[in-house]
Amino acid sequence: MHSVIRIILQRLALGLLTLFVVSVVIFTAVNMLPGDFAQAILGQGATPEAVEAIRKDLGLDQPPITRYFQWLGGAIQGDLGNSFAQANFASFVGADSGVRTTVAQQIAPRFANTMFLAAVTACIAVPVSLVLGILAALFRNSVFDRATNVTTLTSISSPEFFLAYVLILFLAVLNPLLPSLSNIFEGMSFGERLEKTLLPALTLTLVVTAHMMRMTRAAIINLLASPYIEMARLKGMSPMRVIVKHALPNALAPIINVIALNLAYLITGVVVVEVVFVYPGIGQLFVDSVKIRDIPVVQACCLIFAAAYILLNLLADILSILSNPRLRHPK
Amino acid sequence: MNTLLTLVLILVMVAAGGWVFRFAGQKVTGNAPAFRDMPFAVAFGYVLGACLLLFSIWYFFQPTTTEAGVPNAGVVFFRWAVQFFIIAAIAAFLFRLLGRTVGTAGSRKLFRQMPLTASFGVLVVILYAFTAIFAAWIAPHGQEEIFAKVNVLPGGNAATGGDPLHPLGTDQIGRDLLSRLIYGAQNTVGIAFVTTCLAFFLGGSLGFLAATLQGWLDQILSRAVDVLMAIPSLIFALLLMTIASAWAGSERWLLTIYMIIIIAVIDSTRVFRLARAVGLNIVVMDYIEAAKLRGEGLGYLIFKEILPNATAPLLAEFGLRFCFVFLTIASLSFLGVGIQPPLADWGTMVRDSAQFINFAAFSPLTAALPLLAAGAIALLTVGVNFVVDWMLHRSSGLKE
Repeated sequence: MHSVIRIILQRLALGLLTLFVVSVVIFTAVNMLPGDFAQAILGQGATPEAVEAIRKDLGLDQPPITRYFQWLGGAIQGDLGNSFAQANFASFVGADSGVRTTVAQQIAPRFANTMFLAAVTACIAVPVSLVLGILAALFRNSVFDRATNVTTLTSISSPEFFLAYVLILFLAVLNPLLPSLSNIFEGMSFGERLEKTLLPALTLTLVVTAHMMRMTRAAIINLLASPYIEMARLKGMSPMRVIVKHALPNALAPIINVIALNLAYLITGVVVVEVVFVYPGIGQLFVDSVKIRDIPVVQACCLIFAAAYILLNLLADILSILSNPRLRHPK
Repeated sequence: MNTLLTLVLILVMVAAGGWVFRFAGQKVTGNAPAFRDMPFAVAFGYVLGACLLLFSIWYFFQPTTTEAGVPNAGVVFFRWAVQFFIIAAIAAFLFRLLGRTVGTAGSRKLFRQMPLTASFGVLVVILYAFTAIFAAWIAPHGQEEIFAKVNVLPGGNAATGGDPLHPLGTDQIGRDLLSRLIYGAQNTVGIAFVTTCLAFFLGGSLGFLAATLQGWLDQILSRAVDVLMAIPSLIFALLLMTIASAWAGSERWLLTIYMIIIIAVIDSTRVFRLARAVGLNIVVMDYIEAAKLRGEGLGYLIFKEILPNATAPLLAEFGLRFCFVFLTIASLSFLGVGIQPPLADWGTMVRDSAQFINFAAFSPLTAALPLLAAGAIALLTVGVNFVVDWMLHRSSGLKE
């Protein structure tokens, strides 16, 4: 078989295995709750009958392994169970309306929103960081390079909410250019939606760009000592052309890798930013569910975050293999 | 749309200015090489930089209140930022000067090679450590002390709703905010420091153990770490905190202990990776072989042979890990599941005072409160990162 395909298949299998083990870890962690879910929902003063009823209703009377495979099987088919907060336990007082919000129904629109935010961020951050990285490599050790170095280091190390509030202060409160609350609902026009998403996206851009730009600069500068760069310089190429034509294509593997890793980071960083801007994404749902201990939602969100993280890391791995010509054209 | 048009117009004018600048330079200096070979982008950059500088100076000297008597909040914030920047630069410079004249020959040499950013970082770390250790003496009031006056505005001016007793005002239940900010250094930084130490103890010892023993132990530990690292750390921390909060029940202080353990375990995976990688390079050395032949025990090998040779990379990693842990704890507290009240903590302070930012246009001082707490977090991580960046740069040798 072609060696590249074999490597990629290996990575894919490894990724799936990791995902499986991660789901076991999440499930075990959740099952370490004292007592069980039923007790957790009803609190201290619950009657044993009510606890028993909920336990039966949620299928908690079955052994953990059975429950794990039921949960996993459901998750693969898109059924993530019922949310505790939304599952109306009205049925236990005899007034079941028959309507139950499943976790999947709760997550689906928010997941789309989060993806939209991540996509907008990526559209701004990737070109900006590439251009800045190339410029910093071109004018290395100049005032420009040092200024960008200090600025990016500052923005990497600041907490997301600090950047978010500074942006809110300058772009929403003092100069009302953008809305500081991202109340997105269905039926909004694309432009309106974009406007509301822009401020959270800019915050995430600040966090992510810094990292990508520094890696781009480092990857290019690493190559500048190579003989073929020396050759290109000696034949009188302009510094810009040397970097764009000769250095950049060879620096692509680490750059793609770091872009994919940062997109993976976006998935995590999104939690705090969504809370600041009250953006109706999956991160906010996650934090809210953590606070009210809505276990099925926490479990599902955790699995989705982990899956996205693993997939993007896998993508980074595969892309960096593909961008290596030695692996693409084996002798 | 109008702002966008103005922006484009300004850029076009700067571009024209760049061309004129280069052309004039060529003519005036009689085609000096610096101007003759200057790419257009560089000329553009110079003119843009000059324009920004001029605009900043002009903006800095704008009046802080408009004619109607309303504060010109943009100018106020800009002045604060610039003043802070200048004071920080002067302080860092003086501190470096001090380090160059006082101290042993070794420390003087260290300060001579130090860039301004790194000396700023060292200064920040020292200041924070000082505040954290002596918080009880510096703070004017206790962190849980409740006063009769609630919601006192910052500024200490009685005419504008302040109180000279409370320079930064009080919160909604009447606790002095300046004291809480100072105690926050003790709690937030202290807890982050303890957590990082624990993570290093766990990850470091297991990593060295895996490197020395290898075999199945190494395999098991490494695969376990791989799995733990596949879950985004903030998400995993939040998941575990949910469970911990159920375990802790109504005992809030227990939750803080759980948080320390949870974050330490999650972070120790990163330390494990590094310690194992560094350890693997060391165990193949001859002196380890010699020690083994001497019949030294495992503890001696790890602590007396491997550890002293691995301190340099571990120290730089300690700085980075500390930043990471500190930010994670601050984020968790900001989200409401981290350090629990009544302990004063910066993340919680930001969350509690965040809505004040909307009053920036009327009262810049009030709006500065959430930024002050968030800035306190940012300043420390920035400082540590400046130091670590310099350390890494030094140890990697000066590559172009």
